[in-house]
Amino acid sequence: MSPIWLEFERPIIELERKIEELHIITGEDNLQTKEKLTELKTELTKLKEDTYSNLTPWQRVQLARHPDRPYTSDYIKLIFDDFLELHGDRHFRDDPAIITGIGKINGKSVVLIGSEKGRKTKDRIYHNFGMAHPEGYRKALRVMKLGEKFNKPIIIFIDTSAAYPGIGAEERGQAQAIAENIKAMSTLKVPILIMITGEGGSGGALGIGVGDVVLVQEYAFYSVIPPEACAAILWKDASRAPEAAKSLKLTSKKLLEFKVIDGIIEEPDGGTHRDFKKAATILKETILKHLNYLSDIPTNVLVEKRIEKFANMGIYKKIKS
Amino acid sequence: MWFKTKKGIKPAPKREVPNGLWLKCNGCGEILYNKELAKNLWICEKCNYYFRISSKKYIEILTDEFTLKEDLIESDDPLEFKDYTEKLKSGKERSGAKDAIITGEAKIGKHRVAIGAMEFKFMGGSMGSVVGEKIKRIINLAEKEHIPFILVGASGGARMQEGILSLMQMAKTSGALARLGEAKVPYISILTNPTTGGVMASYASLGDIVIAEPNALLGFAGPRVIKQTIKQDLPEGFQRSEFLLEHGFLDAIVERKELKTTLIKILDFFNS
Repeated sequence: MSPIWLEFERPIIELERKIEELHIITGEDNLQTKEKLTELKTELTKLKEDTYSNLTPWQRVQLARHPDRPYTSDYIKLIFDDFLELHGDRHFRDDPAIITGIGKINGKSVVLIGSEKGRKTKDRIYHNFGMAHPEGYRKALRVMKLGEKFNKPIIIFIDTSAAYPGIGAEERGQAQAIAENIKAMSTLKVPILIMITGEGGSGGALGIGVGDVVLVQEYAFYSVIPPEACAAILWKDASRAPEAAKSLKLTSKKLLEFKVIDGIIEEPDGGTHRDFKKAATILKETILKHLNYLSDIPTNVLVEKRIEKFANMGIYKKIKS
Repeated sequence: MWFKTKKGIKPAPKREVPNGLWLKCNGCGEILYNKELAKNLWICEKCNYYFRISSKKYIEILTDEFTLKEDLIESDDPLEFKDYTEKLKSGKERSGAKDAIITGEAKIGKHRVAIGAMEFKFMGGSMGSVVGEKIKRIINLAEKEHIPFILVGASGGARMQEGILSLMQMAKTSGALARLGEAKVPYISILTNPTTGGVMASYASLGDIVIAEPNALLGFAGPRVIKQTIKQDLPEGFQRSEFLLEHGFLDAIVERKELKTTLIKILDFFNS
């Protein structure tokens, strides 16, 4: 896998390489270079700080879409034991844009669901770039109901640009499939933990996005419309997506402010793609922390609170009669 | 949220029925006398073209008595989104409605119901926080009073100007419907031209009974978006009511003139 670097990542990577090379050539103990190394390292820390504390919404969108970003399949390998993928919606076909299965985390059985974009070109085509068809949503619901029946918590990773807009998807009821999922997930009688690990693309994300706890990784985003499409509507120019990304207030911080998510998950320095293992460790700790208390909440209270949480979302003005 | 649908809707109604004496049919080009057209519930007698009508007219057509529910809420501009305040203002002026839906209690025949009708003239019937909240409240009322809930859909989807908050209205309304279902209160969804995007992918699709007017554009993604994605022409009649019926997503297609009698038939079934 040859890494791909975003424009604003490049100076950081170059500096990191410089430090690495100097280190290899001369070693840590060389007095001549020791000073230089310290200097470069300070420079690197400052550069990182400057870059990542001032990311524009569009740069965050780019990080969320980073082709090297870990996907559900990566997290499954790094976090869970005894994973068994379960295929198919039992009606039409298996949709590889959403992976579903069963597994264990620290010995505890869980149901796993996640968008899958695929890494190499061939995989990406197989997984339809993570854009699900109705059968993907129906498969997810089938497996979630399996979890409900046998009282296993449901863990969901979301990273999709959108539900697929195509002829077959419409013929097989994309809208109906998403609607049914949203409704059914509102009242599923087991804990549901949602983590947005990249793109939270509109209805395509919400179709597997209703849960007791919804978390978003620091550089992931959640939006009602892709910035490109928003720009096309506003200015008839999709290339103005960076401006649209700003207008849409889609960053993790804003989502928390709007109270549509319950928390932000920290990412390794520079984003999850810079350190898969660390990203997975943070996710694993997060999952365990939430499962721990969610499992203790009586089912009826859990469902009541879940519905209540979404019922309170939205911002409007109250007016006098 | 799914995009502008204007270009995709053919034939596209260019305006609602104005106050003039005569009107040209968008379907066949025939010049129609306004009064006659009103008598025919704004359907062209020559070609059966359905003119788009307002939420108020649907309430008139469907109900015998109606009490508007004033929720005393109005749209804010939480994202400080470009031109949103102006759009809200012009939406109010154009539609005469306070937002993209009116809700209330009504009598249909002998049946008491809770009803909502979406207003397409208000920002394309788009669903923001107010629309979602009003729908939630009317569903909660239906649940509390144990009276059937009826919704007339007409919407391009979630309201882009309220960003993620609009998307969450899908979950808010669907959650309320889940509760309504558990309480065994019937919900009848009536789909009109167009009902797409986040509205179609939430409450509009979730009726115990789902019926649609003929030839309405109904779907998830807008036709223009699909065309751009797949880079080929869309089949004739794609995403129309008849297409959805054929693929198993509608209980029935009902002519506008038959909507009320059909509703009464359904309500009679549930209430007897």
